[in-house]
Amino acid sequence: MQTFLTEDLAVPPPEPPRPPTAGPADWVRRNLFRSVGDGVVTVVAAIVVGFVVFRFARFLFSTGRWEIVRTNLKLFMVGRYPADELWRIVVALTAVAFVGGLIAGFVARRHVVAGTVAPDQPVTRRLVALVGRLWPLVVGVLLLLFLSSSPGPWLTAAAIVVAAVLGRLAGPYLPRRSAVVLVLGSIVLAAALVWFLTRPVGWDRWGGIMLNLFLATAGITLCFPLGVLLALGRRSKLPLIRAVCIAYIELFRGVPLFVLLLLSAIALGFFIPTWLEPPGLVVRAIVVFTLFTAAYVAEIVRGGLQSLPKGQTEAAQALGLSPVKTTFLIVMPQALRNVIPALVGQFISLFKDTTLAGAAMGFLDALQVANAATAQDAFRGQRLLAESLGFVMLLFWIGCITMSRESQRLERTLGVGTR
Amino acid sequence: MATTTGRPPLWRDVRVLAWTFQIAVVLVVVAIVFWLLDNLRVNSQRLNIPTGFGHLDQPSSFPIPGSDFRQTQPVRDALVEGFQNTLRLAITGIALATVAGVLIGIARLSQNFIVRSAARAYVEFVRNVPLFCLLFVMYGAVVLNAFPRVADSWDVGPVAIVNVRGASTFWFEGGNWKFVVALLSAGIVAFLVARWRSRIADRTGTPGRTGLWALPTAAVVLVVVWIVLGLGATAPEIDGARVTGGITMTPEYFAALAALVIYTSSHVAEIVRGSIQAVPRGQGEAANALALSGFQRLWHVVLPQAMRIGVPPIGNQYLNLAKNSSLAAAISFPELTKVTQLTVANRSPAVPSFALLLGIYLVLSLVISLFVNLANRRLAIVER
Repeated sequence: MQTFLTEDLAVPPPEPPRPPTAGPADWVRRNLFRSVGDGVVTVVAAIVVGFVVFRFARFLFSTGRWEIVRTNLKLFMVGRYPADELWRIVVALTAVAFVGGLIAGFVARRHVVAGTVAPDQPVTRRLVALVGRLWPLVVGVLLLLFLSSSPGPWLTAAAIVVAAVLGRLAGPYLPRRSAVVLVLGSIVLAAALVWFLTRPVGWDRWGGIMLNLFLATAGITLCFPLGVLLALGRRSKLPLIRAVCIAYIELFRGVPLFVLLLLSAIALGFFIPTWLEPPGLVVRAIVVFTLFTAAYVAEIVRGGLQSLPKGQTEAAQALGLSPVKTTFLIVMPQALRNVIPALVGQFISLFKDTTLAGAAMGFLDALQVANAATAQDAFRGQRLLAESLGFVMLLFWIGCITMSRESQRLERTLGVGTR
Repeated sequence: MATTTGRPPLWRDVRVLAWTFQIAVVLVVVAIVFWLLDNLRVNSQRLNIPTGFGHLDQPSSFPIPGSDFRQTQPVRDALVEGFQNTLRLAITGIALATVAGVLIGIARLSQNFIVRSAARAYVEFVRNVPLFCLLFVMYGAVVLNAFPRVADSWDVGPVAIVNVRGASTFWFEGGNWKFVVALLSAGIVAFLVARWRSRIADRTGTPGRTGLWALPTAAVVLVVVWIVLGLGATAPEIDGARVTGGITMTPEYFAALAALVIYTSSHVAEIVRGSIQAVPRGQGEAANALALSGFQRLWHVVLPQAMRIGVPPIGNQYLNLAKNSSLAAAISFPELTKVTQLTVANRSPAVPSFALLLGIYLVLSLVISLFVNLANRRLAIVER
């Protein structure tokens, strides 16, 4: 039909689109002064935005009294973790950086082998790309180093960078089938590090952004398997399993996290027998975060499962795969790939929600440090809440924006929506 | 083959296995629940704490700031008061967050560079910081530290008076139900006029101009009913150390509302942007080809289709906002969670109080999702 029309009526071929005229004057016309009304909007918006930016810059460089952050930097970062034991945190961070580098190197090598990435890119170019990717993190670390008044943080940062680079260099030489070993090793390492870090002080003296990061990491790791199981249960053909899963998911999605945290802080003792010692507050917080987020993860994973064409399951069955293999080798990888943005969004929101635990359970997490610091003798009554809270918001912003940017990148690498 | 295949043995029969598995799981779940409840019973008996809801009729023995609630009134009334505050916060927050979110979402797609960048900076910043931080910033750093004392209030005449004691604006006077009647009658008249105009537009093909007809008519009806019912209006005034007249938001309410709206609007804006971008480009181009104006293109062509995509996730944001209103307890706004905390601190049993609290939030969530589902069904494409 199409060819018939074109030949018969001899429609002239469409002109190629005109290339957009370049040049700053043209850019200004197109983006700022498209019409008279647009020009008015530009002027008004420029005045408003200029005012806000001016006030913000003035707060940042002139009126803001950042002494409160500088003095309490250790409290903001690690809470009341004893100074003599800080080396444990350095060791833990270095180990994490090394393993992170190792995994990155291993994955990069596999990409090169698979031919999805060009092998020989100059180191400088890779470094520029890395900084471009992680600039919020880089800026944040530099700011922290700038604020610190002792050599400790500098040495820590150096150790972390060296460990990461060593790991990255060693990673490509791992044998081809090390993926499982790496995953299991990371889990074992994580458990060992938690033991290593809690040995001198126990959880209840952890604090600062370290506590937020730990609660978030633990919650994310533990909620994920539970969430996947709940999603599978909700789509199961077995009516009783489905009913249990639906009840669980809807119950937890319908109540506020803050109330659950309060409940577990105040009333958990009623629900366990007297011979059992009630768990510590950090454990309770982790359990609540896990149970709560699992319900949301389940709904996201269910969305991923529903987005998958039925043919995938049928093809796997045709190949004679068992139901378990069909689910975990064929269906789940594709379903999870489709919902990476939503999953990371949920994890970001869990990271932000760790601030609730501080208020509900009385931890000295980063937000509570910010509140408490303004009540110190040196800073009381000086209206420094904007400075201390601003710093905490910056820490959270760096963490969240890094996660969301990396998830977008992962999405592109895995080719969601293009394959 | 002549072998008759009877039923397989029990331990290989899929149906038997499936049911055994299910019953086992349910039994485990039921056992855990019973174990927890039994522990609750034993522990409560040991500590001599009631497990029922008898405490609801006891006197509350605490006052609620910013209301006429008295200490002698029962706990039940305190909870009702708290629930009203939660509803006020949630409903106002949802309305404001929707308006702000839609505007910012559209601004993110503006052709104007400054508007686009400002909206993007707002969204990228607010979405990536905890709501709890925003709440403390609004309360501690903005309202308590940056707002002026009553004597030097920011005074915009009858429209707004803002100071550290709260924010006031003009309001009606003379009976709640009369106000509702006035609003309802104006709304109904506006609806009827709009329907009449769109019918005419359908029949004759001339532009209906529904908004131009309906809004002035509604305004006239509102004024007439207002005068007939004898409603008045009051504006806030600074009277020495306090503000009288009008309606005043307490600092806590103002801070909680502002934080919830700022936070939720950034999420709504992202959803609106995504939904608008998900509308096929050809729709906008077709609107251009029909020579519709920019506003007409957005209002009649793009937004209705974007809404279809955006309503379910925006409904989720409404649910989140309603649940997040519980955070206002941390700045002592007397909403439901704070009131429950107060009752528990005043000798109400913890477990029943919190069970009730969870139940109320669950019902609230279900009601909101019911509304969202209704809206969703109304917007869905009618297929064959």
